[in-house]
Amino acid sequence: MPDAFLIHAALAGIGLMLAAGPLGAFVVWRRMAYMGDATAHAALLGAALALLADLPIALGTALVALAIASLVTVLSSRDRAADTILGVLAHSALAIGLVAISFAPQVRSDLSTFLFGDILTVSIADLAWIWGGAAIVLGLLAWRWNALLTATVNEELAQAAGLDPRRERFVLTVALALVVAVAIKVVGALLISAMLIVPAAAARSFARTPEGMALIAVLIGCASVLAGLWGSFIYDTPAGPSIVTAAAAAFAFSLAKGRRAR
Amino acid sequence: MPLIEARGLGVRRGGHDILRAVNFRILPGEIVTVLGPNGSGKSTLIRALIGLEPGSSGEVTRKPGLRMGYVPQRLHVDAALPMTVRRFLSLPRRVSDAAAAEALGRTGVAGLEKRQVSALSGGQLQRVLLARALLSSPEILILDEPTQGLDQPGEAAFYKLLEEVRAATGTAVLMVSHDLHVVMRASDRVICLNGHVCCEGTPEIVSAAPEYRALFGMGMGGALALYRHMHDHDHVHDGCEHDHDHHHHEGADA
Repeated sequence: MPDAFLIHAALAGIGLMLAAGPLGAFVVWRRMAYMGDATAHAALLGAALALLADLPIALGTALVALAIASLVTVLSSRDRAADTILGVLAHSALAIGLVAISFAPQVRSDLSTFLFGDILTVSIADLAWIWGGAAIVLGLLAWRWNALLTATVNEELAQAAGLDPRRERFVLTVALALVVAVAIKVVGALLISAMLIVPAAAARSFARTPEGMALIAVLIGCASVLAGLWGSFIYDTPAGPSIVTAAAAAFAFSLAKGRRAR
Repeated sequence: MPLIEARGLGVRRGGHDILRAVNFRILPGEIVTVLGPNGSGKSTLIRALIGLEPGSSGEVTRKPGLRMGYVPQRLHVDAALPMTVRRFLSLPRRVSDAAAAEALGRTGVAGLEKRQVSALSGGQLQRVLLARALLSSPEILILDEPTQGLDQPGEAAFYKLLEEVRAATGTAVLMVSHDLHVVMRASDRVICLNGHVCCEGTPEIVSAAPEYRALFGMGMGGALALYRHMHDHDHVHDGCEHDHDHHHHEGADA
């Protein structure tokens, strides 16, 4: 029987991947990688502000991530060539977050917790927050699934069918902010977008439909969580990066598989 | 009662009038083609009629609850998005396997259900897009340059297919084109556009109209017609001769 902290860690990672798998598929389909980065880095700023204002960290990260994600959504929908602005925003959010955290002396010592996560110290309360957040994101995506997919294939097609692509973009923005707020404890601000993109990208070679890709992304993500935790336990490596490393290995394997299939 | 009607529609973008004072209506069961050179505002007109683009003056009215089937000019499905034809037909509303198979059969691409949309040829994709549009049992089909990327026989076959669909379902068809001959035979009414409506009527009337000949530059005869036309109107800048300066060769080759 593994120790309780390992079980908690596994449950936290699996809960995160239930939401991050399907959302990550949308991030890959819509080429929102930079948006994921900007939102994830904003979470660090949110955590710093929450500490300074004496608010719950989860609330601070969710709110600031939502604000930055909305800003990025507006910017990127207005100008398709907003790549540079997104890059500026993504990295500035990280830098400003690091500066802000230096004003909160009690955190300075464990800054790496915010950057790389601390999945091995997940508490029951953290688990409730992670699974609750994941459930909301999953519900949101399931509710809007067909509309989101139509708007992703072609916004005009969606509009002509009476859907509002702006509303669907906003749904994804909210889902992204929630996943970021959930994931910061698990893998930290620097690796959140990896948990979105890498399992979804690895799933592409194996999938024939969007639903198939989302499901396979969840499975690859969960397997990466377990493999990463196992590796971290055996070799005494940091847990969050180990999980992402496992996912990257799955992606490399999928490339080889995809090439053979073609 | 018209399905869609525009009165005095103007669209302004970036300080330029894309469309000015356009009056338009389409009745149930009609096939109407909008012709015009590149940059004449054809796509903008279609988008404004569907409601994708807000007008800056005038008004557009659609029959309440109008069911529109839209076939976009291009559809690029990103290679990162796995999508079978069958799944695509169920966007945004799920349809039964039987309905999907029937729609594909009607547009001449039966049995493509398991293929990936991103791997279809241009002609197959157009037919799949049309099949998807038909699945909403539209009262009007709206197609923006539907035969772009098709060869001549493919084009002729596609317009024939549209006529068959109209005969079978009674749907109206509104399409945009920049090619002249093939498309005109399939239309009940043709509208020449160059920022505003230059001329309008049955294909026979329009192809004889000097505005139309001016707009598309009918070789030497066209050049003469243009000369006469400009001479007649040389103090009225109605925009119909404008294109001739820039696209003469392209128009003459078409």
